[in-house]
Amino acid sequence: MSRVRVLVGTKKGAFILTSDGARKRWTVDGPHFAGWELYHLKGSPADPNRLYASQTSSWFGQVIQRSDDGGKTWSPPGTKPEDLMGTDGMPNGASNMFVYDASAETGKPLTTHQHYDGTQRPWEFKRVWHLEPSLTDPDTVYAGVEDAAMFRSSDGGKTWKELPGLRSAKGHLWQPGAGGMCLHTILLDRSQPDRMFIAISAAGAFRTDDAGKTWRPINQGLKSQYELPDPDAEVGHCVHSIAMHPSRPNVLFMQKHWDVLRSDDAGGSWHEISGNLPSDFGFPIAVHAHEPETVYVVPIKSDSEHYPPDGKLRVYRSRTGGNEWEALTKGLPQQDCYVNVLRDAMAVDSLESCGLYIGTTGGQVYVSADGGDSWNPIVRDLPAVLSVEVQTL
Amino acid sequence: MVRVVLPAHLRTLARVSGEVTLDLESPVTPRTVLDALEARYPMLRGTIRDHVTHTRRPFIRFFACEQDLSHESSDAPLPDTVASGAEPFLIIGAMAGG
Repeated sequence: MSRVRVLVGTKKGAFILTSDGARKRWTVDGPHFAGWELYHLKGSPADPNRLYASQTSSWFGQVIQRSDDGGKTWSPPGTKPEDLMGTDGMPNGASNMFVYDASAETGKPLTTHQHYDGTQRPWEFKRVWHLEPSLTDPDTVYAGVEDAAMFRSSDGGKTWKELPGLRSAKGHLWQPGAGGMCLHTILLDRSQPDRMFIAISAAGAFRTDDAGKTWRPINQGLKSQYELPDPDAEVGHCVHSIAMHPSRPNVLFMQKHWDVLRSDDAGGSWHEISGNLPSDFGFPIAVHAHEPETVYVVPIKSDSEHYPPDGKLRVYRSRTGGNEWEALTKGLPQQDCYVNVLRDAMAVDSLESCGLYIGTTGGQVYVSADGGDSWNPIVRDLPAVLSVEVQTL
Repeated sequence: MVRVVLPAHLRTLARVSGEVTLDLESPVTPRTVLDALEARYPMLRGTIRDHVTHTRRPFIRFFACEQDLSHESSDAPLPDTVASGAEPFLIIGAMAGG
């Protein structure tokens, strides 16, 4: 029987939850990196034992961790004895070195972005929000960072290089959302290896068709009438998450600050599919592993009230690709619940009966082994959950 | 011999317990201490000071001999008692961090 490994990042460490395919009995391993914020952990599709983790702290900044044995042991890439010294004799120790590209060869990379108050501010690295390993090479991994930019490592996380073309896509008009100006979503297209989609709060969604050299905004159809002076602006929208089904990469689903949207042309245009949701504000969005038209969101009351409407934690499912949504409540708290589910804290496994996982800011991780029909807590009392990923082994 | 006391999280990251001792030539300064520390424990690079500018991270403080040396020049000699190992050089996470 297949197994699942759930990688949970929290405000105070990482936890690894494992189960057999029944997903009823769980082993909880952790905390790893206790006391640090773990924004994201993700496994390589090409080598499931290769895991990457983003470990951050207001004291000590960014650390990248890597495991080559499925999370049993970890180390910052490049700190094994054979990796220690660079050509200049100094220690490498560069796995947490994210330096924005300002070289002449890349043209004229932008050096400022818009701040909350409309003034321009220089780019300043703060942390890695999201790590996306390559679909085919365990040593290649992408990092989405705050202040928003994308970096790539092709040596297993030892060194990182920015893809500066992204910031050339009207970066001077990007601005921070409430969580900071973060690149939080990276989608890789298995059918077109040079195509990637990313999303930034608050800049919008972007696509590259040349492996990250050039990017274009893909925000036509997004409306932000209460956030931007021009509601239809090309960039500046607060996209919270986007998702795709790997078999149908031209169809994208988006949870925006407000509004749930869909694109059928790889982001060329979007239309709203919020339909009968009790609120179309929210953070994560996910697609069923085997049903490309089945989509999941977690409605949140509003941009200031980051908790579920009516104190009821409900995952909403559409089996029609949007517009018609049903509340999934069995096993989830239906009174006095005021937690949030953050943008990277929902995941799906690919077992025959598709499993869903959500992590809350109250420290619960819930699993549904039946596509969302019923839910059970795996753990109830972790630190606030920042991210949830699952590997089907 | 210079004795360096690291915060608990950095001891974990560097996989050391207790104080770190470094053999340094005179003059002993914050810069020479951090250079030697990072040379031995490269995983600490970027966690105490910026990789490129070597600016101290905002939530890191340097104490020694019951003094706050955080705002002294990184090239200013440390007290003789630190250089001799009689007193440790403390790298501290600010109370506001974490």
